[in-house]
Amino acid sequence: MLSKIVRTVTNEFMLFIAVFGLYIIAHGHLTPGGGFQGGAVIVSGVVMLLVAFNYQEVRKVLRERVLTIMESTGALIFIALAFAGIGAVFFYNFLVGTPILGRIPGPGPNPGDIWTGGVIPLMNLAVGIKVAAGLSAVVLALALFSSGGEAEE
Amino acid sequence: MRRVTGLISLLVLVAFLVWGVALIHPFGYPDASDMDDYIIENAQEETGSNNVVSSVVFDYRGFDTLGEATILFTAVTGVLLLLRTQRRRKEGS
Repeated sequence: MLSKIVRTVTNEFMLFIAVFGLYIIAHGHLTPGGGFQGGAVIVSGVVMLLVAFNYQEVRKVLRERVLTIMESTGALIFIALAFAGIGAVFFYNFLVGTPILGRIPGPGPNPGDIWTGGVIPLMNLAVGIKVAAGLSAVVLALALFSSGGEAEE
Repeated sequence: MRRVTGLISLLVLVAFLVWGVALIHPFGYPDASDMDDYIIENAQEETGSNNVVSSVVFDYRGFDTLGEATILFTAVTGVLLLLRTQRRRKEGS
């Protein structure tokens, strides 16, 4: 465990990193980024927590089992959205034109609208959950492994 | 003898690479761009997404993203399986 200054700054910064990651995930259909990138940003915050605190402290808020379940849930949502458009083709964007997230932006460069994109924002969210939870589980497992492989359930 | 063989194969390899570099089409002018033009023209209306890269990744080439997600899932599963074996063995013994 590092000094109190480092731990305090990490606590404050974790909020901003999480908000930035969620922003990248939520605006994946408008600005550069998306589920994979935003999830990786959130995981960088988890890594920072692991560096500042030790494994036992982080384990109190992030359980590996919960993270594994979250990752599987994200993957299942992604595949379910892919299968939901199977009336036309696999991965058909069936929400475009409907009231839910189905607005069409104007042609050419424009700032855009958050309620566009059809299933793309939902898939970004699913992939974001999946990447954040999965990579966090990997990092936690590596930390557990390097700290001697003790204290798990 | 070995040195001569190595020199000859090196020359052949260099000639092959130079030939390949000389045949590359100029930067920014791809040969066949029908698919790119179609996606750039129609992505905004068809998917409603202003980020064309995102619309390609999650809509036009969604199957590819499914493969990527599967790779990530397999990697996570493998890491968790490998790194948790030690604990289980310790408990068993």
